[in-house]
Amino acid sequence: MTTPLNFDTTWRYAPAPESIPVRLRKSYGLFIGGEWTEAKDGRTFRTINPASEKVLARVADASAADVDRAVKAARRAYDRVWSKLPAAERGKYLFRIARMIQERAREFAVVESMDGGKPIRESRDVDIPLVAAHFFYYAGWADKLDYAFPGRRAAPHGVAGQIIPWNFPLLMAAWKLAPALATGNTVVLKPAETTPLTALKLAELIQDADLPPGVVNIVTGGGETGAALVNHPGADKIAFTGSTEVGKRILRALAPTGRSYTLELGGKAANIVFEDAALDQAVEGIVNGIFFNQGHVCCAGSRLLVQESVAETVVAKLKDRMATLIVGDPLDKNTDIGAINSKEQWKRIQGYLKLGEAEGAEKYQPACALPEKGYWCPPTLFTGVSQSDRLVQEEIFGPVLAIQTFRTPAEAVEKANNPPYGLSGGVWTDKGSKIFKISSKVRAGVLWANTYNKFDPTAPFGGYQESGMGREGGLHGLLPYVRLLDPEHS
Amino acid sequence: MSSSRIPVLKTYKLYIGGAFPRTESGRYLPFAAPSGRVLANICHASRKDARDAVKAARAAFPGWSGASAYLRGQILYRLAEMLEARAEAFAAELKAQGQPLPAARKEVQAAVDLLVHYAGWTDKVQQVFSSVNPVASSHFNFSMQEPTGVVAAVAPDRPGLGGLVGLLAPALAGGNTVVAAASETFPLTAITLAEAIHSSDVPGGAVNILTGVRNELLAPLAAHMDVNAVVYAAEDGAAWAEARVQAAENVKRMIRRAPAAPPSPYAILDTLETKTTWHPVGV
Repeated sequence: MTTPLNFDTTWRYAPAPESIPVRLRKSYGLFIGGEWTEAKDGRTFRTINPASEKVLARVADASAADVDRAVKAARRAYDRVWSKLPAAERGKYLFRIARMIQERAREFAVVESMDGGKPIRESRDVDIPLVAAHFFYYAGWADKLDYAFPGRRAAPHGVAGQIIPWNFPLLMAAWKLAPALATGNTVVLKPAETTPLTALKLAELIQDADLPPGVVNIVTGGGETGAALVNHPGADKIAFTGSTEVGKRILRALAPTGRSYTLELGGKAANIVFEDAALDQAVEGIVNGIFFNQGHVCCAGSRLLVQESVAETVVAKLKDRMATLIVGDPLDKNTDIGAINSKEQWKRIQGYLKLGEAEGAEKYQPACALPEKGYWCPPTLFTGVSQSDRLVQEEIFGPVLAIQTFRTPAEAVEKANNPPYGLSGGVWTDKGSKIFKISSKVRAGVLWANTYNKFDPTAPFGGYQESGMGREGGLHGLLPYVRLLDPEHS
Repeated sequence: MSSSRIPVLKTYKLYIGGAFPRTESGRYLPFAAPSGRVLANICHASRKDARDAVKAARAAFPGWSGASAYLRGQILYRLAEMLEARAEAFAAELKAQGQPLPAARKEVQAAVDLLVHYAGWTDKVQQVFSSVNPVASSHFNFSMQEPTGVVAAVAPDRPGLGGLVGLLAPALAGGNTVVAAASETFPLTAITLAEAIHSSDVPGGAVNILTGVRNELLAPLAAHMDVNAVVYAAEDGAAWAEARVQAAENVKRMIRRAPAAPPSPYAILDTLETKTTWHPVGV
């Protein structure tokens, strides 16, 4: 057994709140055709800070009529401007946007943490730098598409309708916008209902960048707004990131149409730890895998599969490490786990915590003081779960880890591949040949070996099976936004 | 004496799991030549046959997807050899089903050439579509392709041979296993193709071929939770739309293809998944 870490000292972290001022308007409209406009029926909704439950701003709630205006604006911009612009010039706009995001990075990071609840350390060091990098990467593709698809000419779809989730609000906007624009599409983007602010601030930045009006349109709202976009025949392509349940609804809606789609859906990734792994590093990887961004991560390592011979040690080390995690103010630079994104999500997670105990699993949460206001969930693990338990099969989207053991590599692979998802996986071992064997057997789109939750604009990301279709990032991330024409047959 | 010899007619059955069973349903469809003469009672495959075929395809998947690309290439090439050797028989059978002989001969040659073409892709498609990704952190990062899994293929009415081969070859080249619903206009050719496949070292279950009514087979295949993709080259738009609704349940890849699409590595790519692997670089 290991010696527990000793944190029982009088030494405490002093609060270290981020102090960069941000400029937020009291209310935000829809960004359509390069202009700010109210929703036609005047409806609005509030976006709140999940760490304080205070209202941050009122935001326009787009109806089907507003979505129609946005799609038409995007079509006009496509027909009149964007499709006629030389590709290199398209790219220069994207380079410009990337640079302006870098200039205002800290401001965006603070707003992201205020609106979504994620720790400032993550929005500052992960989300926003990746946003800028993503625009910078795809900017360079704009005039090089002839080299991307051998034997084919890449042509844009036209208008892309894009719907993004609340877990990485601005990063998902960048993942959607950058490749769509680089390949010559115009866009109608719908941010998530609980996290619209950074996308709206991006709209301001896009105005500052002089992007032609209508090339990017941003419509805020909830599920109805998203459905209006999916059902709009003028959106030639639909790109969605979100739950598998909604993804299936979108597939059914699009089935009778010839419109193109790509989906990035849920996951229930297995993080597989072999007995020959560097266990301390593996524990860090497990923590990063499931507690990064409060576990609001589709590729989260929400299942730990640990080899039986080291299970006791790993779980002990993990509990020990969990006790050191700081849950609290997202704007404090020391915070490890911020606020749960919304009350709705908090309830969902609480439901799973109760369910886990009802299913007979054993719950562990370190003792930690939670703020009185806001939505919080301490880091949680469950042991004693079975393969058929809902804790093992279903995506929770919270800081909740289900731990199972295995004896042989074959058993690990079988358990890893059992749920219908296939987004990501982790493998921890010091043996190179085992890494290749296991990572090729796990049916998932992203495999992290001796690391976890790493992202890069050059690295394609996306799922197998019920985790979706299509890739975002890298050369492969261009494909969802182009039609491939055969020069000999077109 | 020779004039009184009774020819031996062939029984056309299904091809499932490397065997030639009759449909479990006992149903048959009389299949007539353009002259009206019944050529065969073909199997009217059932939903249960479709499920059995999926089971066989799934069982064959680890072996076929795990075979080296070189071996898969050689086996597809071997299938081309088998077709070439039986070219006249295929042409005659196409003719019996209504295809003029010169066109039938051309079609068989085209099918052989298509197989040779795809045989050569098995060990190149990965090189064309994979990538090493220059991530901005100290990781080695690469993306490569893996087969989607079990692919359901719905053949067009015509070309009678090329239509089916054009669906099977790219899916197999990529390492998938296949359940195919045959042309309703040239069903005999599909089963004769199965015989050629059976003698080509294609492992049992890697290809399964069903005859009958395609729309009756499309529905259970599109709804089947263990089918990963459907490639559709028939021309019933309404049936295809309905299949896409059914297929949403397990997020199948739904691929529509022209009946006589020219060969392309992108047809292989349609039935592949891209996997990105990360590993830290360090000592």
